[in-house]
Amino acid sequence: MLRLYGKLLRTGVLTERVTPTAEDEAVEREGARLKTIVDKRFRGSLAIRQVDAGSCNGCELEIHALNNVYYNVERFGVHFVASPRHADILMVTGPVSRHMEAALKRTYEATADPKWVIAVGDCGVCGGEFGVSYASCGAVSNVIPVDLAIPGCPPAPLDLLRGLLSLFRGS
Amino acid sequence: MNEVSRNATVAESADTGRTFYTMLVSEGIKARLIAPSPLPPADVIELESGDWGRCGQQAGAQGWRWAGAWAEDRGSHLAMNAGLEKHGRYLILRTALPADNPALPSQAPHYWAADRVERHIQDLFGIRFIDHPDPKRWTRHRAWEETVHPLRKHFPADGTPSSPTPPDNDYPFLKAQGASVYEIPVGPVHAGIIEPGHFRFQAVGETVLHLEERLGYVHKGIEKIAEGRDPRGLVRLAGRVSGDTTVGHAWAACMAMERAAKVEIPSRAAYIRGLLAERERIGNHLLDLGALCNDVGFAAGYYQFGRLRELWLRENQALFGHRLMMDVLIPGGVTVDVSPETVRRMRDSAASLRRELDELLPILDANSSLEDRFLTTGVLSVDLASALGALGYVGRASGRSFDVRRDAPYPPYDRLNVRVPVETQGDVASRFWVRYKELRAGLRLIEQILTGLPPGDLSAQWQTPAENAEGLGAVEGWRGEILCYVRFGAHGRISRYYPRDPSIINWPALEKLVMGNIVPDFPVCNKSVNGSYSGHDL
Ligand code: SF4
Repeated sequence: MLRLYGKLLRTGVLTERVTPTAEDEAVEREGARLKTIVDKRFRGSLAIRQVDAGSCNGCELEIHALNNVYYNVERFGVHFVASPRHADILMVTGPVSRHMEAALKRTYEATADPKWVIAVGDCGVCGGEFGVSYASCGAVSNVIPVDLAIPGCPPAPLDLLRGLLSLFRGS
Repeated sequence: MNEVSRNATVAESADTGRTFYTMLVSEGIKARLIAPSPLPPADVIELESGDWGRCGQQAGAQGWRWAGAWAEDRGSHLAMNAGLEKHGRYLILRTALPADNPALPSQAPHYWAADRVERHIQDLFGIRFIDHPDPKRWTRHRAWEETVHPLRKHFPADGTPSSPTPPDNDYPFLKAQGASVYEIPVGPVHAGIIEPGHFRFQAVGETVLHLEERLGYVHKGIEKIAEGRDPRGLVRLAGRVSGDTTVGHAWAACMAMERAAKVEIPSRAAYIRGLLAERERIGNHLLDLGALCNDVGFAAGYYQFGRLRELWLRENQALFGHRLMMDVLIPGGVTVDVSPETVRRMRDSAASLRRELDELLPILDANSSLEDRFLTTGVLSVDLASALGALGYVGRASGRSFDVRRDAPYPPYDRLNVRVPVETQGDVASRFWVRYKELRAGLRLIEQILTGLPPGDLSAQWQTPAENAEGLGAVEGWRGEILCYVRFGAHGRISRYYPRDPSIINWPALEKLVMGNIVPDFPVCNKSVNGSYSGHDL
């Protein structure tokens, strides 16, 4: 146990301030803005339900990384929930496989209004490497209405974070 | 294994394809050993389709592992192939079937692993497997009708889908009987950031009596949309068969194409591929070791491993331009080089990761909650693992030591000392610790590769292979053996691509190992196997 405590203390707090690149120094400011919006409009808590609708799982790996200590997305009041009933946002990946089409629509219907849909990854945005075929519907927007697209194959955690911040930009 | 013992294994097994052929002939089976083999280094034996099941039975009796199967529409007829492996030697059984009403005896009665692979072929080619123990549909849900078959050449890649695709709600799951048995349907949308699939549990109280998996939700038609691609386009697609195995699948596809085209890649390119593959192995092991800690409520372990993985991915980005190392392999070689500065950085990061693991080891080892939840949970017995031919860490936690890098070595592993950790308890703890040890073995390999890195080119000139040239690749991805079959059509375009992810072999193991466990232990059991849904569904 002592060893564990020792390791925890030595590791310290690693969560980064979100200003790692010169190209987007505004992210930190927008993080604060998002936090303000989340605090005001969502009572401090913005719930995301992630839906893999046919992804290769690459996008999931990076969405997952948002929860690691370096990005720690919960500090902005953003967290991933287990049920669409608890969600404000659906974060959908994949080209939508035809076999997931009905499940995606049902998940969308099960999410209470008001709700937002973010299509994540090149596949979710435009069909990506898989496109439209006998097995794939292509872009998420071919199946449910999409409010924001975050391209990338897969988008890195920072891209996801920036995308999320931009969702409420101007609103 | 050292050089001497590896050579001994190769010598003793050099003739296994021929030996099997001789045995078949002595049994009165009409067989033809094709010489020279069209799929070197594998041997190829042609059979009459009626003997397909019987040959499977003989192969099982002779200790061959069943490694996969694929069919192919050859226009005038269908070709059916099954891959076997013994002592690191691959053997392909092959037969021809009529295009109309094709049927042949199933190998599934003799090989558990053949069950779903044959059903996948049944759904996509319309081949009927006689005596199959459970011939219901598998990959097909409702995106196409039973009467049409997407991998037949005349089927258009766009299909004729009805819009919207109806949900697949009449799949004949096994029904439980008895007053106190209840059913838990889970998925396809799961309660987490994970891939979709359906699990149907039957439970009494807390105890799982039976689990039935229903996969195929992320079927994207990969085999179909591969057709007509050029070699580079195929590697891009292969790198997305399962995003967590982008290097593994890209390598398998490159190897199959390079063998078909008789292109030899420069030694430096092979070494760099080895580096990338070991980095992918380590990155995934770090992620899953953390996730396993998380599934039993040990948050500190989850955050520590998550931290190490993030650093590892950032280094991938800095050194190779992509956090997951997508699109860095190309037919003939690689696109990224390793500078002396990169060598230095990778040596440092390997050393520092080892230090971190040294520090974490006693913490994990002494943690009673890990011990309590991991030990004796989700046991896959040595016998079951062997009956299935379980691959990768799932096999190695249950006494199976097969590793393509050591047993059927390809450059650069033919010049490296590959250590393969094995455990025999077969529980979640064994799978956890095998992966921990593989992590460390991966670090040693990275160091060996950096030391031996030869000078030279990054890629060989691509040569368009003749029409009909075919190749088989086999590499050890982080989940285990990946097989890949490629055939070229006219103008160097792909006419058939079949990637066999280890997941399609290993998924059935989960159904067995979860039996008798409590329902709340399912997540950790599942994570300890961690099959890819995308790699399975294709
Ligand atoms: S965008 Fe890329 S990483 Fe994401 S699902 Fe598609 S292929 Fe995979």
